[in-house]
Amino acid sequence: MSAIRIYVPCDASALAVGADETAAAIVAEAAFRGVDARVIRNGTRGMLWLEPLVEVETAAGRIAYGPVQAEDVAALFDADLVHGGAHELNQGLTEEIPYFKRQQRLSFARVGVIDPLDLDDYVAHDGYRGLDNALLLEPGAIVMAVSESGLRGRGGAAFPTGIKWKTVLDAHGASAVHDTPSEQKYIVCNADEGDSGTFSDRMLMEGDPYTLIEGMTIAGLAVGATRGYIYLRCEYPHAHRALNAAIATATARGYLGGDIRGSGKRFDLEVRLGAGAYICGEETALLESIEGKRGQIRFKPPLPAIKGLFGQPTVINNVITFASVPVIFERGAAYYKNFGMGRSRGTLPMQLAGNIKQGGLVEIAFGMSLRELLYDYGGGTISGRPIRAVQVGGPLGAYMPESTFDTPLDYEAFAAVKGMLGHGGIVVFDDTVDMAAQARYAMEFCAIESCGKCTPCRIGSTRGVEVIDRLCSGLDSPKQEALLRDLCETMTFGSLCALGGLTPYPVLSALDYFPEDFRKVPQPLQAAG
Amino acid sequence: MKARRIIPIQPEPGSALPPDERAAVRAAIAANKQRAGALLPVLHGVQDALGYVPKDAVALVAYELNLSRAEVHGVVTFYHYFREHKPGRHVVQLCRAEACQAVGAVALEAHAKRSLGVDFHGTTADGAVTLEPVYCLGNCALGPSVMVGEKLQGRVTPQRFDKLLAQARATA
Ligand SMILES: Cc1cc2nc3c(=O)[nH]c(=O)nc-3n(C[C@H](O)[C@H](O)[C@H](O)COP(=O)(O)O)c2cc1C
Ligand code: SF4
Ligand code: FES
Repeated sequence: MSAIRIYVPCDASALAVGADETAAAIVAEAAFRGVDARVIRNGTRGMLWLEPLVEVETAAGRIAYGPVQAEDVAALFDADLVHGGAHELNQGLTEEIPYFKRQQRLSFARVGVIDPLDLDDYVAHDGYRGLDNALLLEPGAIVMAVSESGLRGRGGAAFPTGIKWKTVLDAHGASAVHDTPSEQKYIVCNADEGDSGTFSDRMLMEGDPYTLIEGMTIAGLAVGATRGYIYLRCEYPHAHRALNAAIATATARGYLGGDIRGSGKRFDLEVRLGAGAYICGEETALLESIEGKRGQIRFKPPLPAIKGLFGQPTVINNVITFASVPVIFERGAAYYKNFGMGRSRGTLPMQLAGNIKQGGLVEIAFGMSLRELLYDYGGGTISGRPIRAVQVGGPLGAYMPESTFDTPLDYEAFAAVKGMLGHGGIVVFDDTVDMAAQARYAMEFCAIESCGKCTPCRIGSTRGVEVIDRLCSGLDSPKQEALLRDLCETMTFGSLCALGGLTPYPVLSALDYFPEDFRKVPQPLQAAG
Repeated sequence: MKARRIIPIQPEPGSALPPDERAAVRAAIAANKQRAGALLPVLHGVQDALGYVPKDAVALVAYELNLSRAEVHGVVTFYHYFREHKPGRHVVQLCRAEACQAVGAVALEAHAKRSLGVDFHGTTADGAVTLEPVYCLGNCALGPSVMVGEKLQGRVTPQRFDKLLAQARATA
């Protein structure tokens, strides 16, 4: 009889609530009872409130138990966990849990299912089929397929990926030797994931790193780039280890390196670590950072697609953008495009975060309403109190009140209510939130993270904190409010990039939708000096 | 007549570093020097080995990478992660960002500062713990989040914070 397979995630969020201890307890308990069990460390299924989520493989499918702490393990074995026995932590078949079942997992199809670093497991779950198909195509045809899929960048700005790739394909970089075609182009993955409330990049890199590698490799074939960099924030040590291990295996097995799958084509990949600067998520600051400089914004033009890393034509895309590419080549551009609404095609992994009962990752086609996501999936707040505001799209996204919850998840629909889908993070706040404190924090964050290149952002943000403090102190409020609005206008129009340019969104949305919070003395977020 | 100027002899870059630290800096340089844009990988290597980037390492790194000291200093000071002072035995990063705020990070921050008796970037008097702010650890559905060394912790209440810190202190 073969060993019973038990899955315990090694995702950082699962580890943060004790998954390693749970796994160790299962191994020990199985040994103690003489049960022949094999513990596999998978990624997370994304139902984070159930972590550590333990799954047991049975004839009917994988059965979930969660949240399982180490001290629950003995009782679970008593309840015949190894055969999917009944217990109050038994959640039934994992893939029948409504939160999971109703999703459309394209980019995250394998995350939580496979052993992230097992390349054979990856291939057995349709991995690298997209690359094999892409290898049969000319570069122009690869770019065309990406254009036809309707894929837009998932990092925030939602720029059409096909157009970006086409620009790089057609660009001519400075040749190493004059007049030779040996120009170096680059593929750069933006894995800086600085937005609060987002973790989809991390979850994918830890749970299925080969999907990212495959997507970047296809990008390399598409534009004729032989080198790629993944710029990873240093706050993600688990993802760092997973990526390095996966790159080493893929290289050893001929999926990366000098002769990809025997095609004679080269693609090499390297991970570079950031160093705790939010601004390095902006693409030009990111390129400066890889080059070993301070992460300051570059003026555009030239676009990175023309003059990017080390002055060469460069594709720079978000992790999820690259991770959406393999399925387009595995199933076809039309298949991908069939999901979604309007000009937002395909799926977007939404992340439910903050004060939410069922926090986690929900990959679904564009078009569902924010309300459905918050209540049908999220189940409302974890505090049990009413939701008062949500911030969508990271620290530069507007605070949205209940009256906007029927907005469909679609780039254009969000823009119409002055919102931003961004990287798909949703941070939920209950009715105890002090919106003036949130507005103050937005200014404070801008001051901390400003790259310092333009005055409205560098100085204006600090003045913004002061004005909000004065506004809330109640002295001369109308004048202070006018001053704050004026300052926000200066930041919006006088900033080179979106950090200074969009910080007014969370600030003004808080002020416009929740003016009552600015009429009392706030609790400053800064606890002490 | 012009006064005679005494030109001091420039010491060898890095000679102000204690030998073990100098060796660590040299190792980080040797391991990364060939990479394009080597400065950040080198600084990471230095901080991984020593816990910080000593001021006296700047000259050596600059010299070896053919950069000016100002450039290296500029980079070290630009990035929040690099620190110029030796940290405590345990570095505790506490998330200050919005998703954690929504579940009590502000109160946790106040508690952490009070119970450790330090502000952000400070080190406890016994040299055990350095407290750092961090802006999201990617654990936003299970906050408040804290990273102790390289171990991420979720759902950190003030009580759990004290317990985690007591455990860390007991280990080394
Ligand atoms: C202040 C700022 C921070 C950003 N942070 C990120 C980030 O963490 N991750 C990301 O993918 N894009 C981020 N972006 C967007 C990038 O500049 C860029 O649009 C993106 O990498 C392009 O990839 P995509 O087309 O695949 O989305 C940020 C932009 C700004 C202005
Ligand atoms: S807006 Fe701020 S972050 Fe952006 S370039 Fe200007 S100073 Fe730098
Ligand atoms: S906001 Fe704290 S972990 Fe993301």
